[in-house]
Amino acid sequence: MTFTIPSFHLSSIGPWLTLTVTAILILVLDALSPKGRKVCFSWLALAGLAVAAFQTIGLWGSTGTDFARMVYIDDFANFFYLIFILGAALTVLISRQYLEDYGKNMGEYYALIIFATVGMMLMAAGSHLIMIFLGLEIMSIAVYVLAGLFREDLRSNEAALKYLILGSFSSAFLLFGMAMLYGASGGTLFLNDLPLRLGADPAMAPLVLLGVGLLIVGFGFKVAAAPFHMWTPDVYEGAPTSVTAFMAVAVKAAAFAAFARVFFLAFPAIKVDWNMVLWVLAVATMTIGNVAAISQTNIKRMLAYSSIAHAGYLLMAMVAANQLGAMSLLYYLLAYTLMNLGAFGVVILVGRKKDSYLNIYDYSGLGAAHPVLAASMALFMFALAGIPPTAGFVGKFYIFSAAIQAGYIWLAIIGVMNSLVSVFYYLRITVLMYMKPAEADLGPVVFSPALTAVVALTAAGVLAIGIFPGCLYNLAMNAVKIFPGL
Amino acid sequence: MQILFFILGAVALIAGGLVVFQKHPLRSALWLIVNFFAVAGIYLLAHAEFIAAIQVIVYAGAIMVLFLFVIMLMNIRQPEADPKIPFIGRKLAGIILAGFTGLILIYGVTKATLTTGKEMAPGLGNTETIALTLFTDYLLPFEVTSVLLLVAIVGAVVLAKSKLK
Repeated sequence: MTFTIPSFHLSSIGPWLTLTVTAILILVLDALSPKGRKVCFSWLALAGLAVAAFQTIGLWGSTGTDFARMVYIDDFANFFYLIFILGAALTVLISRQYLEDYGKNMGEYYALIIFATVGMMLMAAGSHLIMIFLGLEIMSIAVYVLAGLFREDLRSNEAALKYLILGSFSSAFLLFGMAMLYGASGGTLFLNDLPLRLGADPAMAPLVLLGVGLLIVGFGFKVAAAPFHMWTPDVYEGAPTSVTAFMAVAVKAAAFAAFARVFFLAFPAIKVDWNMVLWVLAVATMTIGNVAAISQTNIKRMLAYSSIAHAGYLLMAMVAANQLGAMSLLYYLLAYTLMNLGAFGVVILVGRKKDSYLNIYDYSGLGAAHPVLAASMALFMFALAGIPPTAGFVGKFYIFSAAIQAGYIWLAIIGVMNSLVSVFYYLRITVLMYMKPAEADLGPVVFSPALTAVVALTAAGVLAIGIFPGCLYNLAMNAVKIFPGL
Repeated sequence: MQILFFILGAVALIAGGLVVFQKHPLRSALWLIVNFFAVAGIYLLAHAEFIAAIQVIVYAGAIMVLFLFVIMLMNIRQPEADPKIPFIGRKLAGIILAGFTGLILIYGVTKATLTTGKEMAPGLGNTETIALTLFTDYLLPFEVTSVLLLVAIVGAVVLAKSKLK
């Protein structure tokens, strides 16, 4: 018996390979390095991420599939690769000092961050539901472990266990949905083939709807959409702050990448059916996130609810399901990565050693004590609230106009009202920083170079892509040309 | 054949129910083995011999032995006392939601008219077919699975390592 392996080019999955090798290298070096000797794993991780970024830029513009059609090579994937790499790199930078304070600056942490990034890339580029599922699992398992990194901390344990159990449950929903689609399509899971095969047999329509519904549950959990958001506040609060930042931006971006790719590519024919479900989810997610965030006094918990609310805005872009909507999804996720990681960088700085100060009232008087730090935090809060001239404003502007263009006027109105609610709790931090005297002397803020660099870079980025969004607009618009159904 | 399917299905369901309702974890684990065997039988009926064998070897064999070891090592003798059911409303809501989800699933699956599956390629056994697709069309997912396993191993070591640096 003879069989031939289909031809493939390793360069088309270059970024994955680089990152996998980097992670394995970190693990091996960690095992081989003599006890007590510090190896700079964070620099190694950053180097790997930089190489992967270069490879991604090298892939820019190429289109097609590879590995027997298992992986897409297109700018949609490349755009998300860059978001993940950016998110992972910034996370690595904010982690080092933070982990050292806890005595947890170990190689495995960086290896798991990099592995999670590989999983995210699979989700963004997978052209077969199996690939997307494998990517999701690689990412999720790495993040479950990262959430429980502080083993002595009960809340970290709780976060990891909650995330693991609920996460595996949601993965099962996703897998069940894929199985339904496999049956309904007569045995294919290629995203390219699904639309034709699913429409072929009307007798299968109930199975298709069932499959799509289960996929919404699975993806909804990963993006923290209501009513699948219950885990978010506890997990975000209990996990190490640097991991929370990673979860809030990169995991969400990856889930939305797969969500958008699958729904825009495979189910445009039954858009009417899933649109209404997502409409309800979007409204519920925004409203629950914003209203619950008002009463939070722990900054991590507040940012957790804020991230739920942002998932709601992003779902709006999914509901719109037009070119502008898909483009705004890409733009907003990049903007969100910058502003949220910046905010978490400030949270780590203000939290000082071992997260001592996470209450929002610990921020009072920061404006007088550390003007630059307070100014950048204020900038991130303005950006998250969506106030010009920041990236958050432009992103929301794109999303709302996409919703209006698609005819969802009420959705846009609810979105704007939600933004107004969110202004309250974001501005409260600013008010505390500038208009309230410090309640107690909390001790000096230790500015480590890496953390300072992250805050400065993200602040500059939030302003830059907020004032000059044109270049990114064109890139993202080109990237979403791959969806013919929009 | 059909009778066999219904018998196996009933055994799988009953055993599954018993897994949940047993008080002692060891008994739950043992009922789970029964469930695995019944499901393996259903795979056999569907001509998926390879999956059936894997189900018995990996799940009923390896994984359950691990389960039993863990339960015995942790020495869980006495099941924890029943809490006084403080959240009767929550339980009720859970039952209603779960029942509703189940009804939707049953409705969806029974509403669809299923066609008979494709025949297997002639001259190839089940295992060979799987091997062929695994190393040609599904080469990339197959390789990616190794990364998934590596991540799981590293994660387990990170969480369970006895002493940290």
